[in-house]
Amino acid sequence: MSTATPAASSGRTASAEQIKTAKERLDAHVREMVRWHFSDETGSPFWLEKKTTYDFDPMKDVQRFEDLKKFPLFEDDWLRGGPVRRWLPKGLEGQPLYVFETGGTTGIPKSRLVSEDHWIDYEVFSDTLPEKYFPKNTDWLMLGPSGPRRLRLAVEHLAQFRGGIAFAVDLDPRWVVKCLKAGKMDEANAYKDHVIDQAITLLGAGHNIKCMFTTPKLLEALAMRLIDQGSSIEEAGITGIFGGGTEFTPQWYRFCREELLGPNVYMTPTYGNTLMGLAASRPFDPADNFKISYYAPEPRAVIEVVGFEDHNKLVDHGGTGRVKLYTLTKELFIPGFLERDEGERELPCPEYPWDGVSGTRPYHVFAKTTTVGVY
Amino acid sequence: MLELPVIRWGQPYESLEKQDVKSFQTGEVLAQVHQATGGMVKMDLRKAQKARDALRAIDPYELIRLCGKAGEFYVNDSLTMGNGEVSPDQFCVLQSASTGLPVNMCRANMTKNAFVLRNMEKIIDALTRGLPLDILARGYGEESRGVTVSYQATTSVLGAVLPSNSPGVHALWLPVIPMQIGLVLKPGGTEPWTPYRMFSAFVKAGVPAEAISLYPGPHEVGGAITEQCGRSLIFGSAQTVQKYAGNPRVSVHGPGFSKILFGEDVVDRWEEYLDLMVDSVFANSGRGCINCSSIYAPRHGKDIAEALAKRLGPIAPKPLDDPTAELSAFTTPGMAESVNNMIEADLKKPGVTEVTAKYRDGDRLVQKDTHDFLRPTVLHCTSPDHPLANAEYMFPFVSVVDCPQNQMLAKIGPTLVATAITNDEAFKSQLLDATHIDRLNLGPVRTVSLNWLQPHEGNIVEFLYRARAVQTSAPPAVAVA
Repeated sequence: MSTATPAASSGRTASAEQIKTAKERLDAHVREMVRWHFSDETGSPFWLEKKTTYDFDPMKDVQRFEDLKKFPLFEDDWLRGGPVRRWLPKGLEGQPLYVFETGGTTGIPKSRLVSEDHWIDYEVFSDTLPEKYFPKNTDWLMLGPSGPRRLRLAVEHLAQFRGGIAFAVDLDPRWVVKCLKAGKMDEANAYKDHVIDQAITLLGAGHNIKCMFTTPKLLEALAMRLIDQGSSIEEAGITGIFGGGTEFTPQWYRFCREELLGPNVYMTPTYGNTLMGLAASRPFDPADNFKISYYAPEPRAVIEVVGFEDHNKLVDHGGTGRVKLYTLTKELFIPGFLERDEGERELPCPEYPWDGVSGTRPYHVFAKTTTVGVY
Repeated sequence: MLELPVIRWGQPYESLEKQDVKSFQTGEVLAQVHQATGGMVKMDLRKAQKARDALRAIDPYELIRLCGKAGEFYVNDSLTMGNGEVSPDQFCVLQSASTGLPVNMCRANMTKNAFVLRNMEKIIDALTRGLPLDILARGYGEESRGVTVSYQATTSVLGAVLPSNSPGVHALWLPVIPMQIGLVLKPGGTEPWTPYRMFSAFVKAGVPAEAISLYPGPHEVGGAITEQCGRSLIFGSAQTVQKYAGNPRVSVHGPGFSKILFGEDVVDRWEEYLDLMVDSVFANSGRGCINCSSIYAPRHGKDIAEALAKRLGPIAPKPLDDPTAELSAFTTPGMAESVNNMIEADLKKPGVTEVTAKYRDGDRLVQKDTHDFLRPTVLHCTSPDHPLANAEYMFPFVSVVDCPQNQMLAKIGPTLVATAITNDEAFKSQLLDATHIDRLNLGPVRTVSLNWLQPHEGNIVEFLYRARAVQTSAPPAVAVA
C-alpha cells in the first residue's frame, strides 16, 4: 500500500464558537432547502414523487443536517436521460436554464439542470483567491474542457465577476478517454499537444492573461513546453492558477510549486464535480507539508468522510473513509451521494469552520478500473 | 527501516509518497521506497544530455575498468542503499523475502550480474564486433582496414522499465555505461534491490552518479520513461509486447515461449538429452523467458513427457532459505490459484495429458498462509494446435508436443530461445532463416545457457548507436562513362 504524508491536521483549527455558528447556519439552510424542494409549490417533480416513497415526512422530520441521513443515498444514475425538466423546482420555472453533463464517453451522460448555481458557486470561490496573484481586471485562460461542461462557463463567469475576460481552448475530454481506453497513447498525446498549442498561441498573442484554470496534466505539459521554448509559466505572465479536474497528490503539488511554477506563481487546488460544485483548498502553509485539504462551500454543499461499510457514520478526524457529498441549493438537492473517492477527514480550520477532506484519491475498490487524469 | 529515495541524476530525492516493500511471509516492511511521478521524470529528462556528457568525459576503456570494480563491489561488499548499508547476504535475504525467489537463486543471479560486469570488455568487444571504443566515443574514426566508420548515439540515456520476477535480466542494461549512455531506471515494485545496489556499486567504483537516475513509482512513471527516452527497454506481458510492437524506440521483452526442437534424425536418441531438457525447464525455478516451455518432437513425445515428469514431478516446495530450495513462491495473492485454474480449464480440452500428476504427492497448487507454490508440471500434447502446446507460466511448466519436423516452424510461433537438436543441414538452414526465432542454439545447448558475448533480443549496441556516414574530405571521384 502506498503511504502518503500522515493526515494529521495542522495546528490551525477553528474555534468552538466558529464551528457552532457554522453548524447553526448549516442547520437553518437545511430546513430552508428541504422546505423548498418538498413543498408542492416550489419542489421538483422528481423530489415530490420521491417523497411519496419515504416512511418519513421530510418537511417535518428533517430539522438539522444530521436528519438528511434519513434519506436513502442519492444514486447518480438517476441523472441519466430525460426528461431533464423533472429536476426543475417549480419555484424556478421560467428562469433561463443550462444543462451540464458529466461522463458520457459511452452511453447517456449524467445531466444537471442549472440556472445560476454555477455563477453563485464561483462567486463564493472568488473570495478565496488572493488578489496579489489573481489581480482583478486581468484576463484568464481557461485551459480545460469545453463542450457541455459546467466548468467552461463557470470559469468564464469567474473571470467576468473579477472584471476580466476568459480566453478558452477547444478540449473534448470524451475523445481523450476513448483514446486512453483503446490504448492509443500516441493519439492522446497528440491531442494534448493540440490543446497546448492553443494555449501557447493565446499566451503569446499579446493579451493581458495573468490567471488560469487548468488541470495537473495540462499544467505539466504547458510548463514543460514553455521550458523547452526557454520560457516559463511565470515569464508567460501567469501569476495565479486555479487547478482542478483530476486528483492532486501532495507530491505532485510540491513538484508543481517547486519545479514547474517557482515562488512567484500561486496555485490553488480545488476539488469538486458538476453535482456538488467547487471545494476550495486550505491556503498553502509550509507546516502542512504539501497536504491538500479541501472544504466544501457550506452551507450550499457539504463534504463528509464516512466509513467504507457504514455510509452514515463519520470516521474519526485523520481517519480514512469514503467521500460523501451533499448539495443543498435551490436548484439541486442531493441528500448524500457517495463520490468515487476516498480520503482522510480533516478538522475545521479558521477559514472553513467545518470538516474537510485531504488525500483524495480514487476509492480503492474502484481504483483499478477508473481512468483518471483525463485532461 | 531502510528507505530508498528517488535518485535524480545521482542525487537522492525524498518523495512525499512512499511504497512499502514487504516480506510476503511475515508482512514485515523491508523498505520504504520513495515514489517518483511522471512529471518528475519528464522534467529531469530535459537534462538527459548531461548524463551522457558526464560519461563522455571518461575514456570508455576506463569505464569498462570501473564496471569490473563495480562487479566486485556488487558481489562482495556492503553497499549503501538509501539510508542503510546492506551486505551481500542481507541483499539476498531481502530479495528473496519480497520476490519469493529462494535465497540460493538470488545469490546465483547476483553472481550472474557480477560476471557480466567483470567481463564487460569481452562483451562490448563481441557486441561491437571488435570496434575500437574510441570510435564510438569520438563519433567516427578509421578502422584497421582503412575505412572511416561513424556511429551516432540514438539517445543520451537508455530508459528501462524493470521487472520484479527475475533479477538476472538486469544484466541486459549493464553494458550501457561503457557505451557512454546514461541510465534511467524504473525498478520493479517488489524488486528495487538490484537497481539500487547496482547504482551504489557503480558510484563506489567511480562511475559518475549524475549519469544514473532511479525512479520507482506507479505506471505513469514507466509511461513517461518510454515516452521521453530516445531508447527504452521494457519488460512485461504479452499485452505490453503488443502495445509497443513496431515502436523503434522501445525494445520490449515479454514472454519467451522458449523451446527445444528435436529433428527427425536425432529424436530416437532423446534419452541422451534428458538432463538438458530438465535443466532448460527447471533452472531458476522456471521463471525466466529463457526457460523452455515447449518441447517439439516428431516421435516419442509421450515417452519424453513421462521421463521429464518422473524427474520433475516429485520436486516439492521447501523453505526459501533452505540452500537446496528449488521452487520460487508466488507472492501475489491469488495469482498461483488463477494460473492453476487456467491450466486446469485447458486440460479439459481433448488432446492433452498431464503426466506429472502421478509422480506428485498432492496437487499442483500448494497454498501456504502467506504465499503459494505451483509444482512442476509436464504435459503431453498430441497436437501443436492445443492451447497448452505453446503456453508459458512463471513456474516449471513444459508441454511435450507431437509435431512432425516439417510442420514445426509453422507451428511454434514467436520463440525467444530455440534449441534445435538435429544434424539435418536442410532443417538447420530453415531454422537459421526463421525470423520468429530470436536466439538459436544449433546443438545440445540448454535454453537457459546464455553466452553474453551474443546479442539478446537485438544487439544493444545497434539499439543505442546507428551507423552513418561521416566524411572529412571529398571521396575519390567516380569515373563517368
